[in-house]
Amino acid sequence: MSAPSKSSPLPLYFAVFIALLVGTGLTVFAATLDLGPFNAPVALLIATIKATLVALFFMHVWHASEKLTKLVVIAAIFFLMLLLGLTMSDYATRPWS
Amino acid sequence: MPDSTLVGLHHEEEHHPELLHHFSDAEQQRDASSLGMWVFLATELMFFGGMFCAYLIYRHWYFGDFGAASKSINMAMGATNTAVLICSSLTVVLAVWAAQTARRGLLLISLAVTILLGLTFLGIKGVEYRDKFIEHHVPGPSFSFAHEPIPGREGEYANPQHAQIFFSLYFVMTGLHALHMIIGLGIFTWLFCMAWKGRFTPEYNTPVEIGGLYWHFVDIVWIYLFPLLYLIDRHR
Repeated sequence: MSAPSKSSPLPLYFAVFIALLVGTGLTVFAATLDLGPFNAPVALLIATIKATLVALFFMHVWHASEKLTKLVVIAAIFFLMLLLGLTMSDYATRPWS
Repeated sequence: MPDSTLVGLHHEEEHHPELLHHFSDAEQQRDASSLGMWVFLATELMFFGGMFCAYLIYRHWYFGDFGAASKSINMAMGATNTAVLICSSLTVVLAVWAAQTARRGLLLISLAVTILLGLTFLGIKGVEYRDKFIEHHVPGPSFSFAHEPIPGREGEYANPQHAQIFFSLYFVMTGLHALHMIIGLGIFTWLFCMAWKGRFTPEYNTPVEIGGLYWHFVDIVWIYLFPLLYLIDRHR
C-alpha cells in the first residue's frame, strides 16, 4: 500500500487517538448525568462517532481504499441496520405485550 | 550460479518473492487480501449483530432489571479496558506505518506493545470475571441476585431471573470478544516473529495491514459493548 499523501499521517493518528480517549471520558461522564430518555441515545451516539473514527482513519476506509472495500463496509452496516432497525421497530411498538 | 538459472526457468521476469503467480502485480495482491479481510469482518459484524439484537430486545423488556444488574459490574475496570484497547489501536496503526516506511525498530516495538496491551485487557477482564464468580453472578445453579434495588424505583427489587439473562448476555458477549482478543494475540505474535525475521518491507506488508484491520474491528466491538453493558442507568 502506498501512502495516500506525502506528508506524515502521524499527526492524524494522534489526533484520532486523543479524540477516542476524550470520547471514552465523555461517555463515562454522560452516564452519570440524568438525561431522561436520552442517556442511551447519547451513549450510542458517542460510541458510533468513536467507531466511525476508528474505521475511517485507523482502518483507512477514508484514504487509500478501493471502492469495493467501501461497498463491503456500507453493505455490512446496511444489513446490520436492517437486523436491528426492523427488529426493534417491532418490539418497541407493541403496546399490548 | 545454478540457483539463478533455476529461478530464471520458472520466472519470465524478476518480481518480489512474496508475489503469488495468479496476481498480476503486488497492488492487486494487496487489494485482494484486504478485500478478503473486509468481507470476513462483514460476517463478523453480522455475528456480533445477532447478539446485540438479542441484548436490545431483553434490555427493552427488562430495563429495570438490566439497570440493576449493570450497576454490579465494575465500571472503572470497563473504562480502563476501553482506554487500553484504544492505546492498542494506536500502536497497531503505528506498526502498519512503520512497516510501510521500513522502520524496523518502531515496527517491533509497536507490535510488542500491542501484545502487552492485549494481555493487560485480558488480565483486567479476568479480574472482572473473578469478581462475578465471587458474587455468584455467573448464570447457573449457584446464581444469586436477591434484594438488588432497581435504580430509580423506590422499594422495587430486580427479578433474579431477568438479571440472569443480563449476566448470560454479559458473559457471552464479553467472552466471545475476549476469544477474539486471544485470536488477535496469536496473530500479532506471529506478526512479531515475521517482523523479527525482517519479512516486512515497504513493498510487502499486507499481513501487518490486514492483521491491523482485525484488531481495529475487535476494538470497535468493545466501543459498543462498554456503554451497553456497563453504563445502563448509572446516574440514579
